[in-house]
Amino acid sequence: MSDAIVRLSGIYKSFAGVKALQDVSLTIEQGRIHCLVGENGCGKSTLIKIIAGVYPRDSGSVVINGREYEDLHPIDSIREGIQIIYQDFSLFPNLTVAENIALNEELAAGRRFVNWRHVRKVAEEAIAQLEVHLPLDARVEEMSVANKQLIAIAKALRQNARLIVMDEPTSALTEREIRRLFTVIRRLRERSGIAFLFVSHKLNEVLEIAETITVMRNGQVVSSGSAEAYDTARLVFEMTGQRIAEKAYDYTPDLRSPALLRVEKLSVPGALHDVSFELRPHEIVGVTGLLGSGRTELALALFGLLPIASGQIYIDEKPVAIHSVQDAIQHGIGYVPEDRLTEGLFLEQSIGRNIVVRTIDRLRNRFGLIEPKQVAQQVNDWIVSLRIKVADPALPVKTLSGGNQQRVVVAKWLASNPRLMILNGPTMGVDVGSKNEIHELIKKLARDGMGLLVISDDIPELLQTCNRILLMRNGTIVEEILPRATNENELAAKLIED
Amino acid sequence: MQESLRRNAFVRELLSENQTLRLFIITALIFVAFSLLLGERFFSVRNLQSMAVQFPEFGILAFAILITMLTGGIDLSIVGAANLSAIVAALILTRLSGDGGAGVPLEATIPLAMVAVLAVASLCGLFNGFLVSRIGITPILATLGTGSLYTGLSYVITGGPAITTTQLAFIGNGTIAGVPIPVIVFIVLAIVFAVMLNRTSFGFNVYMLGTNPRAALFSGIHNERVLMRTYWLAGLVAGIAGIIFLARANSAKPDYGATFILLTVLIAILGGVRYTGGFGTVSGLVLSVLSIQFLSTGLNMLMLQLSGSSAAIFFRQFAWGALLLLVMVVNYYVEQRRQRST
Repeated sequence: MSDAIVRLSGIYKSFAGVKALQDVSLTIEQGRIHCLVGENGCGKSTLIKIIAGVYPRDSGSVVINGREYEDLHPIDSIREGIQIIYQDFSLFPNLTVAENIALNEELAAGRRFVNWRHVRKVAEEAIAQLEVHLPLDARVEEMSVANKQLIAIAKALRQNARLIVMDEPTSALTEREIRRLFTVIRRLRERSGIAFLFVSHKLNEVLEIAETITVMRNGQVVSSGSAEAYDTARLVFEMTGQRIAEKAYDYTPDLRSPALLRVEKLSVPGALHDVSFELRPHEIVGVTGLLGSGRTELALALFGLLPIASGQIYIDEKPVAIHSVQDAIQHGIGYVPEDRLTEGLFLEQSIGRNIVVRTIDRLRNRFGLIEPKQVAQQVNDWIVSLRIKVADPALPVKTLSGGNQQRVVVAKWLASNPRLMILNGPTMGVDVGSKNEIHELIKKLARDGMGLLVISDDIPELLQTCNRILLMRNGTIVEEILPRATNENELAAKLIED
Repeated sequence: MQESLRRNAFVRELLSENQTLRLFIITALIFVAFSLLLGERFFSVRNLQSMAVQFPEFGILAFAILITMLTGGIDLSIVGAANLSAIVAALILTRLSGDGGAGVPLEATIPLAMVAVLAVASLCGLFNGFLVSRIGITPILATLGTGSLYTGLSYVITGGPAITTTQLAFIGNGTIAGVPIPVIVFIVLAIVFAVMLNRTSFGFNVYMLGTNPRAALFSGIHNERVLMRTYWLAGLVAGIAGIIFLARANSAKPDYGATFILLTVLIAILGGVRYTGGFGTVSGLVLSVLSIQFLSTGLNMLMLQLSGSSAAIFFRQFAWGALLLLVMVVNYYVEQRRQRST
């Protein structure tokens, strides 16, 4: 048992009285791919930060490479060969690929002048180790998410990583990029004996790559063991404490009834051309396509954030002009954006303020002043009705887990009674339990008469929630698909077809 | 470990959590310290009265810094706008009702001068708002430019020398129920700003926009409008400060109060206004104004006592700069600790 890199036992950690981790024990062995699964808010991220030395633990023991640490600092963790790759990768966007990979080392060496030839050589070696191709002189901001991730791995390798921890590495990757990532991970494990701790809630991926699985729920470890002992049903059951079976949303719109939204030959230079479709009340229409297919641009154009060059938008069969977000809102359109952290939320502000930001005008008394009681009432109503897990609505919204944050964004829009909601990646970075609840919520809204446009590349999600799916490629809609007439494999194949 | 964590938590609470309480304690400590050091010279009715007529000048201007900083910006043109306003008022007063003027009764001229000040100050503020919200110039550069522009205009109007008039001295020296009028103006502004920031949707939007302008855009907040109104208000505040300048100094000149910019920024930072936007309170600002006044008077007296010269005025300049940097550095470490422990 001496080949464990990290051995945690009896870890406790709480924040302002909320228990984040209770009696958590975890052993990560050398050269193994270990998956940590659990819903958002179950304590996965806290646990990673304890391993990284970012958070001090309240009690429990941390042994790394056989050495017990009373007080683990980030520098200790790095020195022991633990490299954490967070979702934002912590790269310098304005520097080149080679610089990002090698500069740490140059700095650590304490050289006064940078030896550029050495930088290149180091970067080349690291990339060669991954057996991928990356342009060394390109600036990192120009690289795709998948490539940034590989750069982050290469950088970790250069720092003598023995354990690489990856937080939700696949959430922004396409199917093909995920394959490539997995190949790289397996290769590194075999050749260099590097261990991986893979944090994810995409269960099929977990089952594919993991050798050891640890499941967490509510700050505790539910089970841990060899991956062979797990299947999807067991993982879902252990993560959520219940068995979840989603029912597809089957709805056949009355084609003679007026459309809530009709788009005719919508074009935006360089992004969309000749996009036409309709959306009726009670409908959930999926929009899918690869990154760059125009799916996000379509949402932005409908929400007044991308100027339309030609084409026409109709609301209730009346032509409308949407030049600004205010115009879109006026026509009853709500938008849950793709990037929750920068576009959807005011991270430092309270949960309550984030919920009422759209509707603050309505929460005023007869003197025209905001009425704190009404604000508190509305905040509370939404927390209850969307089952947002909140210790105190006055806390910053950034303290919530991904799933709960997303519910705050949804609550913000629902509070203003939109008739049409565009949800871009509604369950991106959201765990299984919350995901199902968000899907149920979407279906309930549709049953109540709202029209919803769900932009997603999560195939099971599209099949389970939408009554129609529009497939986009190169800025245009190439096919309309009925979920009941297809299956996951077929849709996945269509998605990546060129 | 548990024990030390709990103690840390207590220290943390004192250091950063309840900012208003912390500021209140600091303000009180400064007051008590100078009262002990300087005795009756500091702690006397006369000195309190003298301090009370001094702080509103820069205290009022601090509200302009507060509101612009809340949106993540700043307004460096306020002193320029205040002087321009004061000069316009002084011109109207002297030309219409002064000696050798048009002979218009003062009762008519004063309201006219006030309206003119508000108009000029509004224009100054709206121009800043236009540059920041429509053209998208970084506030610090836009207002650095316009500040110089407004000061330059003042020189063009006056040709350099001050315009003297005692017609507003009743505001500068007057009291209502024993309270100096400038202090009353300051209190009224504090109340107006507190209500506006906490209880109106405009104030709410200011905080949200200052926290994350992109999320504000995606949430349907009219960013341009909010910014326009913010800088307009900052301009109005500068105009009110300009009237107080004129009323207290009995003259208006283009280069009055040149140190107020640094001072008001210091007040805002010391008062816990986050310069990146989104956070800051009126109560913090008011306490900060008071502690700066205590420090200013106290240091002055101390220097005079020690050196017997008026070099104090130069030392004060040094002290403000040093204090501003010190507060920012302390804030940085407090924030670091907070980040690590939460």
